[in-house]
Amino acid sequence: MKILVCISKTPDTTAKIAFTDNNTKFASDGVQWIINPYDEWYALVRAIELKESDPTTVIHLVTVGQADTDPIIRKALALGGDEAIRVNADSHDSFFIASQIAEIAKQGNYDLVFTGKETIDYNGSSIGGMVAELLDLPYVSLAIKFALDGTTATIEREIEGGEETNKVQLPLVVSCQKGMAEQRIPNMKGIMGARSKPLKVVEPTPVEAYTSIASFELPPAKAGVRLIPADNPEELVRILHEEARVI
Amino acid sequence: MSVLVFLDQADGQIRKSSLEAASYGAALAEKLGVPAEGVTVGTVANDLGSLGQYGLKKIHTINNPALDNLDAQVYTKVLAELATTTGATVLVFSNNLTGKAVAPRLSVRLKAGLVAGAVALPETSAVFTVKKNVFSGKAFAHVSITTPIKIISLNPNSFSIVSKEGVAEVVDFAATIDQSKVEVTSVNKVVGEVPLTEAEIVVSGGRGLKGPENWGLVTDLAKLLGAATACSRPVADINWRPHHEHVGQTGIAIAPNLYFAIGISGAIQHLAGVNRSKTIVVINKDPEAPFFKAADYGIVGDVFEVMPKIITAVKKLKGVA
Ligand SMILES: Cc1cc2nc3c(=O)[nH]c(=O)nc-3n(C[C@H](O)[C@H](O)[C@H](O)COP(=O)(O)OP(=O)(O)OC[C@H]3O[C@@H](n4cnc5c(N)ncnc54)[C@H](O)[C@@H]3O)c2cc1C
Repeated sequence: MKILVCISKTPDTTAKIAFTDNNTKFASDGVQWIINPYDEWYALVRAIELKESDPTTVIHLVTVGQADTDPIIRKALALGGDEAIRVNADSHDSFFIASQIAEIAKQGNYDLVFTGKETIDYNGSSIGGMVAELLDLPYVSLAIKFALDGTTATIEREIEGGEETNKVQLPLVVSCQKGMAEQRIPNMKGIMGARSKPLKVVEPTPVEAYTSIASFELPPAKAGVRLIPADNPEELVRILHEEARVI
Repeated sequence: MSVLVFLDQADGQIRKSSLEAASYGAALAEKLGVPAEGVTVGTVANDLGSLGQYGLKKIHTINNPALDNLDAQVYTKVLAELATTTGATVLVFSNNLTGKAVAPRLSVRLKAGLVAGAVALPETSAVFTVKKNVFSGKAFAHVSITTPIKIISLNPNSFSIVSKEGVAEVVDFAATIDQSKVEVTSVNKVVGEVPLTEAEIVVSGGRGLKGPENWGLVTDLAKLLGAATACSRPVADINWRPHHEHVGQTGIAIAPNLYFAIGISGAIQHLAGVNRSKTIVVINKDPEAPFFKAADYGIVGDVFEVMPKIITAVKKLKGVA
């Protein structure tokens, strides 16, 4: 059993979001980087659990990023996984990134590809679906539970307006979200071990991007809160009805 | 050339988020000087001709019960076939869970650049550029699509439904339907609840409510207002409320008309998921709670004293005894 887990680097959830170069670049100075929470908490940890129940399982991590992504990949390896592959490219185009991952997936003959449900920076929720199409594999999006029996996966997933259970034969691509697993903290042994795990750097396959970011924009600041005295909540209801007209 | 809108259905009704996508597609088509068309996949029950009121000239139905369950792989193939046959140049989805499953696959199949999470009509004069949500609600990006065919997934509650006079022509499209490789063994749809992402009003509770036994303060108000209910992450983590109510950077991102926050501190990760709400009301006993900085209206007070009075006042407003 071979699992490929897609890992993305994102700014910490408390990072201040600002832009430079005439609003064309994210201001990364002083920003703390983390593993995209969905990739770490759900995709990676569920893969590690599968390996714990079947030690013959091999987990590879893949990321598309430049050398500054290495600390994030090492952090992921500290949680688990056997080796990592970094495709040496910097891109915000989902198709370009998915094409790189699909290329790695083809070469490695994986039974399962796990992604997080989306990244918390570019919020595309596109990589899993694109990789699946590039590999011509079934895609189960937004999985909340994943169980394996031989080569049959039983997956609970969220659909619009509810949940459903799917039965699918491997190989397949799954995007993971809350419910799949519980967040883990890497231990000392994991952190030490991660240093000697292989991290292979490969050059990207040439692919034309479909999109490019022209500029960024911050939302306008709020005008300021209008406080209503606590002893007169009826006034709030009146304002919401008569002035704001939202109820 | 045309704009093709994917119409997601729930029990034979087109979802509200898809009606927004239809209105968006129609406005875009007008801008481009091409017709707007729609497509439904799976068994259709209701009168689709009436969708003409949202500006759609023609509705293609791929009417087959084999498509009633969402399999992104099978959907992609039939939609690609339709798009190619009709010469669609822009495809519009709602960026709901169905759109998230299908649009990326279709993007690859049609070699069409995808912008997921659009919040406004594209700029089409020079380069086709779409404004989308990034950094989980903390910023926007203007993304240019450079491919001849384009796909846009519109965030729910980002574009108003526009309805006028009009009847659409309904035509059946005979697509080649592949056997699904995904077997659906059970489906559990929530009925009678307002879906969180589509809700106009969301009433949300945080740890300040002290325990699940006090949630009546949230649900009673929600019921009176026809609102959906939400919660902060710790509230879902300690199982006071179901996980699917968790909003924020690592939960669901929403943009209702009114977000009513009760006993929530307004941590940056929480704000990320809700700060696109048009009006924000905060009830919190701590005047220093960060949420007040992001709010339009607020009361500094104890939820257990304030909320019952608010509920009584809303009852009076709605004429409920
Ligand atoms: C990586 C990461 C991701 C995260 N993602 C999310 C996310 O997606 N969504 C999210 O919500 N959080 C998220 N968090 C957690 C976030 O940082 C906060 O801890 C959380 O939002 C706080 O929830 P709360 O406001 O309900 O609770 P608290 O922070 O405990 O706040 C409770 C509030 O209630 C008020 N209060 C208490 N009693 C009363 C009373 N009687 N009357 C009136 N007010 C009262 C208090 O003044 C306080 O402001 C994330 C954190 C991290 C590190």
